[in-house]
Amino acid sequence: MKIKNNIAVSENGFVFNPASGESFSVNTVGLEILNMLRKGHSAVQIIQSINDHFHAEPTVIERDLNDFIETLRQYHMIDHDED
Amino acid sequence: MTTKKRYERPIIKRLESNMPNKFGSRTEFQPVTQLEDIAVKELIDAYGSPLFVISEKKIRKNFRAAKQAFETRYPKVQFAWSYKTNYLNAVCNVFHQEGSWAEVVSGFEYDKALRNGVDGSKIIFNGPDKSEADLKKAITNNSLIHIDHLDELYALQEIAKSTKQRPKVAIRVNMDTGVYPMWDRFGFNFENGQAWDALNKIMFTGTLELVGLHTHIGTFMLSPNAYAVAASKLAVLAQKVQQKYGHEIRYIDLGGGFASRNTLKGSYLPGIDTNPAIDDYAEAITSALINSEYRPKTPPMLILETGRALIDDAAWLLGTVIANKRLSDGKRTTIVDFGVNILFTSFWYDHRVSPAQPFTSYTEDTVMYGPLCMNIDVIRENISLPLLHKGDHLVVHTVGAYNMTQWMQFITLRPKVVMISPEGKISVIRNNEKLENLLDLEQVPPHLANFEL
Repeated sequence: MKIKNNIAVSENGFVFNPASGESFSVNTVGLEILNMLRKGHSAVQIIQSINDHFHAEPTVIERDLNDFIETLRQYHMIDHDED
Repeated sequence: MTTKKRYERPIIKRLESNMPNKFGSRTEFQPVTQLEDIAVKELIDAYGSPLFVISEKKIRKNFRAAKQAFETRYPKVQFAWSYKTNYLNAVCNVFHQEGSWAEVVSGFEYDKALRNGVDGSKIIFNGPDKSEADLKKAITNNSLIHIDHLDELYALQEIAKSTKQRPKVAIRVNMDTGVYPMWDRFGFNFENGQAWDALNKIMFTGTLELVGLHTHIGTFMLSPNAYAVAASKLAVLAQKVQQKYGHEIRYIDLGGGFASRNTLKGSYLPGIDTNPAIDDYAEAITSALINSEYRPKTPPMLILETGRALIDDAAWLLGTVIANKRLSDGKRTTIVDFGVNILFTSFWYDHRVSPAQPFTSYTEDTVMYGPLCMNIDVIRENISLPLLHKGDHLVVHTVGAYNMTQWMQFITLRPKVVMISPEGKISVIRNNEKLENLLDLEQVPPHLANFEL
């Protein structure tokens, strides 16, 4: 699972998709996930990292991660080769 | 060891500029963690979720403000608490303590008012359905009977003759006040002469004592001027009765229908910013009466039966998030534990809903569903809310009118209602329903008692 290489993500949660010209905002947890996805981390690694830094059960994080990735897919940000 | 940060589920939201949408802009900027200095969480922990919470202090404040609005403009004003708006005894008694009479629309409500200790002569009996037994009871108790139709008028005359009593009556008048829809199903019409005809019938026969004139022009009326028109037309009738019969009407009852601070579905701006204040209605009504041609020796008492505007913002509904989901098109939905079965007014209003715990600046466009396994169970079709998690608490505002009377025992049982006293004491004023309460009313015929599967 990886997001497309051309997606620009700023440090403060501003996301730009040059393919569509659309801009997005992402919250703190979302930003952390996006950055890890860009680096090619697996879902298990992402859940572990979020669990290390935030107050949340792994099951909750897993559920929310799946939902977040589904949203990224709808916004055409997931790399098809990796999909 | 590093401290963990507060978790908020991840969200990515497309930025759209100059694009109005049906979700509107964000409305919630601060969580509502407390109601009258009592933590929402504490209330839910102690009394369950969902939970209706009523503020006695706010009811009294609303009532006194309304009373002042009218009494500073007119010499004789009397409020009558509209039982159907909220007939929980504790609520009724707050209004009675403040001096309100009772306004009832059924035999059941009439008996409730009597049991609450309201003197029969201070009960106004409205509505199209009054049985012969209801009428006899009301006549014996010297109550004010507002006649809805000719059949009721004739029934009253019969009872008056047979019991040799003289019922105190008013007629309900419907009229064109320039607003749509015109409420012409209740009472006698002004424009086509029905009302004048009914008054003549009462005055000619003399078996009934005509004490008042009543109208109730609609509900959630956003135009105070409609009340001015109504007051003027009732004054015309009063003057005609005085001219023809030398009889003075003792009171003019303008009914209710004043808007609360809720936002009607389809409104562009929130009700709290646009709906008329009680002073606007008071100014319209009292000016019309004072400026009318009707000049009796004693000014008629002005009776008001306003319900919604006095109780709506004195109550909240507390609830809890059950789950978050997405629809097939990706639209966010949130399922909460209160449905249209207990929040009936969500059919009419876009209720304001506030989270009861801290949140960040991120919001999500959401459809808010109730817990019922029924497609109609939608609390808000479109609402922009901070990110909610399972178990989060919510506060629905301005729910005091009609919900605690029109609620249904449907799929779930009805929750507790608590009242917070001005001193901060919490009292359960209606317990939550239990299965036994319902089973007590049911009977299974013997041949249906057993089965094998």
